Parts: sequence; structure tokens; C-alpha cells
Amino acid sequence: MRTSARRRGVAAAAAVAVSAIGLTACSGGGGGGSAAEATCTNEIKQPDAAQVTVWAWYPAFESVVDNFNETHTDLQVCWTNAGQGADEYNKFQTAIEAGTGAPDVIMLEAEVLPTFTILESLVDLSEYGAGELEGDYTPGSWSDVSNGDAVYAIPVDGGPMGMLYRADIFEEYGVEVPTTWDEFATAAQDLRDAGFEGHITDFPTNGNALNYALFAQNGWEPFQYDAAKPTEVGITVDSPEAEEVLSYWKGLVDDDLVATEDAFTTDYNAALVDGTYAVYLAAAWGPGYLQGLSEADADAEWRAAPLPQWDPENPVQVNWGGSTFAVTAQSEQPEAAATVAKELFDTDEAWRLGVEEAALWPQWKPMLESDWFTGLEAPFFGGQKINEEVFLDAANGYEGFSFSPFQVYAYDQQTQALYDMVQNGTDAATALGTVQDGLVRYATEQGFTVSE
Amino acid sequence: MSSRTSVGKSAAAPSATRPTSKIASRRQRWGYVYVAPFAAVFAVFLVLPLGYALWMSLHNKGIATAGRSVFVGADNYVKAFTDPVFLEGLWRVLRFVLVMVPVQIVVALVAALLLDTLATRLSRATRLLIFVPYAIPAVIGALMWGFLYSPRFGPAQDVFGLVGLAAPDFLSSANIFGSLVNIVTWQWVGYYMIIIYAALRSIDPSVYEAAVLDGADGRQIALRIKVPMISSSMVMIVVFALIGTLQFFTEPQVLRSSAQGAIPSDYTPNMYAFATAFNYSQFNYASTLAFSLGFLVFVGSYVFLFLTRKQSGLK
Repeated sequence: MRTSARRRGVAAAAAVAVSAIGLTACSGGGGGGSAAEATCTNEIKQPDAAQVTVWAWYPAFESVVDNFNETHTDLQVCWTNAGQGADEYNKFQTAIEAGTGAPDVIMLEAEVLPTFTILESLVDLSEYGAGELEGDYTPGSWSDVSNGDAVYAIPVDGGPMGMLYRADIFEEYGVEVPTTWDEFATAAQDLRDAGFEGHITDFPTNGNALNYALFAQNGWEPFQYDAAKPTEVGITVDSPEAEEVLSYWKGLVDDDLVATEDAFTTDYNAALVDGTYAVYLAAAWGPGYLQGLSEADADAEWRAAPLPQWDPENPVQVNWGGSTFAVTAQSEQPEAAATVAKELFDTDEAWRLGVEEAALWPQWKPMLESDWFTGLEAPFFGGQKINEEVFLDAANGYEGFSFSPFQVYAYDQQTQALYDMVQNGTDAATALGTVQDGLVRYATEQGFTVSE
Repeated sequence: MSSRTSVGKSAAAPSATRPTSKIASRRQRWGYVYVAPFAAVFAVFLVLPLGYALWMSLHNKGIATAGRSVFVGADNYVKAFTDPVFLEGLWRVLRFVLVMVPVQIVVALVAALLLDTLATRLSRATRLLIFVPYAIPAVIGALMWGFLYSPRFGPAQDVFGLVGLAAPDFLSSANIFGSLVNIVTWQWVGYYMIIIYAALRSIDPSVYEAAVLDGADGRQIALRIKVPMISSSMVMIVVFALIGTLQFFTEPQVLRSSAQGAIPSDYTPNMYAFATAFNYSQFNYASTLAFSLGFLVFVGSYVFLFLTRKQSGLK
């Protein structure tokens, strides 16, 4: 009897503890300063050390956090997955507006950095010695996180672009793998003529960052924004370069040679791997994404090739996605937070975990240029050394890209305009003009001095 | 709103007529103690946030002028009621009201009248089956329908294939309106049906006997006797449906994850307010949008209740 009563007491205490955890978790992920009370997804290895709260959604991130906590005695990372992409940004926006509730360190995609620097919600890390790290990272990735001497985040992974294709499909229908966009259009038609029932690829109207990269490959620079002059923005979305690219895709859509399915839905995921598409225009994290999808075609033979070019004499490399660690202005221990942001991914060991378990593409040069990394053979691609053959050139050739300080809005506007274009038959110039006008109006409303 | 005021009135009435004695006033004081927990929660979670939102809606903070909140008076409201996106969203939910509310009410009414007439064992099971969708949370329901509408995984292709047809794309911009009406109807009809059914059960059966003696047939009993006698319940569920539809949010927001082109982020006024606040970080304008919508919902329900005051027994 006595034991059972005690056990019941223990159970009750556990229940109270669990509900208490639930309550603190609901109260906004713990404040910047109240790290000690925050609940972590990971286990804290050094209970006496200072704790830094981190929001991140990297796959297999727990082992990277454990690695950090095991190798640091004075600092511990307390990690929470606050959702992926927009979900996390929504929470961060709310915390900024509330003035409390943000973590010390936050994972942000490079494309939203201006959106948050303009809200004065990120710490300039150059005060904490981040400037000295410039040489450790690829020039493109460093340009995405810095502005003059100011450094708003530490680059982690990137998305140099390439073309993943189904070698078996190209072989079966006797079509050459394209290296330029002209050849790509021809290959699309040849595949159709040879009896291929799918589409060569998909042009998703909601493929925000993908479409940005495709336009950028033709020299598109939609925004001129300098964080040092936060009230001025240049908007030139409807440039001839973008129109050329968009007209090209519009032509393929009109001839029903490419599909226009929304990206990142269950249907799209299935179509990527079941042989509906012969090509997946992908970033370096794409192979990892493919391997995570189920219902794959068992006979599929995937290979990687460089992204097709507009002008093969002057190849242009572009980037799709990639993320960074930033320190929030709400952090009460910015120095410790900066250390965490700098050191989470700055060892071979951490990066091996990142590459092997999470299929991340390192922007950290010591790993990027290591023989181990360049020589990796990808079993999914029949042993092809895809890093060395395809993505390394793309990563080194990428020169950076300037995003707007209202990027989520800009993406939503573009999705709408492109959807109208493929559904209702408006032309490329009209679609881009709509986006341009909408963004100029919006930016003016928000108090920017806009130059077109 | 209406039920709360009427309850308050009837509770206050006896004490007003009675001369206030010491005992009565002491009992009244205890009443405040009983009300206090509710009043505190009500104030903290409803009145205060509403007041704060109102305050926010009268201020503005542009992205370029981060952190500096300026009092702008009614400027935001002027902007909202001339904002084509907001007005288009309003027009869209109005169209949903015009289609969705009648469909739901008619289906619920027919189901309730049939179930009221039939007294077989099958009718009890049917009643439960019609009600079950209401027991599923709206988000889960919308996710399920997202799967059912999927061109690749959904059953539609197989069903239409049986008769040699191609299934329509439920998530295209042309069909999304009907697809959403379908989800909401499926979800809410059971609930409205139960309310109507309960009202029908409370009618004295002797009324039907009298009608039968007077020569009324089943259809006449249903339309001339049952429907008028439950009109106050009907008014209530129309008000529920009206308010719910004007605030349309959950279903389109969930379906948006698989149809971003057909359902833009500003599809309904509530979605627009959500995106404005949490995606575009303009909490001030979002408060204005939310308040404007709240005001219109209030006016809409008030006008409806006024027009139907005879049927609902308010007059």
C-alpha cells in the first residue's frame, strides 16, 4: 500500500512537472534573459554553464547541438524548434512587436535578413569580432549577411543551384541532357515528341526563391537596398532581364511542356520522384530533399548536372535558399549569443554531422574545400561526385543577391501575379508590371523613398 | 449578444421590484464575489486586448520608420475602407454568406425534418453520422479535405474514372469557392441539424394531432406548422452561420498550403488581417482591419436580428 501511494505521489508530481513545462513552453519560448527557465529540446550537458537559447529547424540539428554542448564547458545551447520558415518568422515578428519572447540566437534564411534588420531586431555582430571571419566563408554568402563593416548573421548553409535529372528517362527517349536554356526548351519538346507522358519539369508559381534565382541568372537585380540607409529602396522588378526569363517559361507553359504545380505540396513531392518530371531544378540541398521523399520510382537513375545557362560563354551561378544564425536585439547576453552563432558550425566534426545527417551545403570554407567533402560520392546519384562536379562551381561563382526589407510581401505578390499569368493568360510583362506597381505602392505607404 | 441581455434583464427584474433590505444588499455583495472570477478573466482576456487593439488601430508604424509609433486618428480606418484588397475580401465573404448560409440551413432543416418524422433505429444512427463531422476540429477537417481534393492522392480521380470522366481540379481558382462551401457545409450542417431537431422535439405533439384532424398532410405539417414554430431557432442558427462566414479563416488558411495561387494570403478579411500582422509585421493596420471587420459583423448581425425580430421573438 505504502509503495503504491508513494508511486501515486511521484506520478502526481510528474504530472505537475509536465504541465509546468507545458505552461512555460506556451508562454513564448522563454525570454532572452530567462534562459535558465527555458525548456530545451536537447539535454544540457553542463548545468552550471550559461545557457543561450536557439531557434532552428535544421534536420538532425540535435546532434550538432550535443556536439557543441559536449565541447564547450562555459556555454550551453538550449535549442527549440519554433517551426520551419514562415512559422518561425511569424513567432519572431510577434516577439519583436511584443518586445519580449525572442531567443538569443535565431536561424534565419539569408533572404529575410533585411526584413529583420530594418526592424532593428538583429545585433551587429562586428562588435563581437565577426568581421574577422570573413575569410572563412564563401564571398557570396558573406555578402548576403553583411553590409559594409556590419555583419548581421553568420552564414551556415547555402543552396548553389544545379540540375538534377532522370538519366533513365533521357536515355529511354533518346534525348540529350541540356546545358543551355535553348537546349532545355528543345529537350522538353523532344521528350514530348518521343512519347514521354510527363513534363520535363515544373514551373511552380509559388516557387518564390527558385523563381528569383532563375531571374537572377539573367542578371536581374530587383532591389537596391542598403541597411545603412534604411528609408531608401530601389525597386526594378519589371526589368528586361526578368521579362526575358519569364517569357521563356510562359512559352513552355503555353505549349504544355512544363507543369505549373504548386511547389512543396504532397502532390508535388510525389511528382518529383515518381517519374512525372524528368528534371528537378534544385539547390545543393535538393538531393537531401529528394532522398527524404517516399513513393519514389524504384528504377529511377538520378544524376546531377550544372544549371543550364543563357550564355554558355559567360556562365552565371545562382543560389536558392540557405540559412544563417543571427543574434536578436532582445538577447541580454549578446556576447555569449554571438559566440554560439559563430561556433555552432565551425568545426569539422559539426560539419560532418551537418553534411552526413542533414545534407546541408557548407558555406564554411575549411569544410567546403576539404578533400573529404569534395570527394564525397553520392550513392543516390550512382556514386557521382556531385559536389565536385556540379555544386562547388556554383557555390564559388555565386556573388550574392540583394533582397528587399519586405521580402515576404514581395514573394506573396509574385506568387499571385505568376498564378494569374499561367491561369488567366496574362503575359510576362503584365505580370511583372503588376508586381512592380504593387511593391512601389506598398513601399511608399511604409515610408520608404522609392526609386524605380 | 441578444441572449446575454435578456438573461441580465430577467435576473435583475425581481430585485428591482423588491424593496432593498439589508439582507438583500448583503446577498448582492456576495453576488459580486461569485461574478469576480469570470469578470477578471473577461477583463484580462477580452476587454483589455480589445482596448489595446483599438489603441493600436489609431496609431501607425511604417516599416521604414521602425519603432516610432505615431497617432494617426482615423487614418487607418479611411485606408481600410478604401483598400481594394480589404473590400474585395469583404465582397468575397459576402458571396460566401449568400451561398453557404442558405445551403447549410436548407440541408440542416431537411435532415432535421426527416429525422423528426422517421422513428426507426436507422434514424438514430443517421442523426449521429450527420453530427460526427462537427466533432472533428475545423483544422483537421480542412486537412482531410485537402487530401480528398488532391488530384494525385484523392479518391475523386477513381470515382470519376468509373464513369469515364476526368475529375475536376478542386483546388483551381475556378473551383475553390465551391470546394470551400462543401467543407464548411459538411462541417456545420450536423450542428445546425441538432439545434433544429431539438427545437422540433419540444413542440407539443397535440398540435400535430389537431392538424391531422383538420386534414393536413405530412408536407403541410412540416412546412406550415413545424417550420414556423421553430423560427426562433432558425434565426439563431442563421446568426451563427452569418458571423462564422463573415469571419471565414480556418478552412481557406489550411487549404492555402496546397493551393497558394488559388487562395491568396488576403482571400478573406480575417486572413488579410492575419497576414498583415504576422507576415508583414504591420500590427497597427492589422488591428484596424480586425476592428473594421468586427464592426461590420456587429452591424450585419444587428440588422439581421432587427429584420427577423418577429420570428425570433425579440419583439
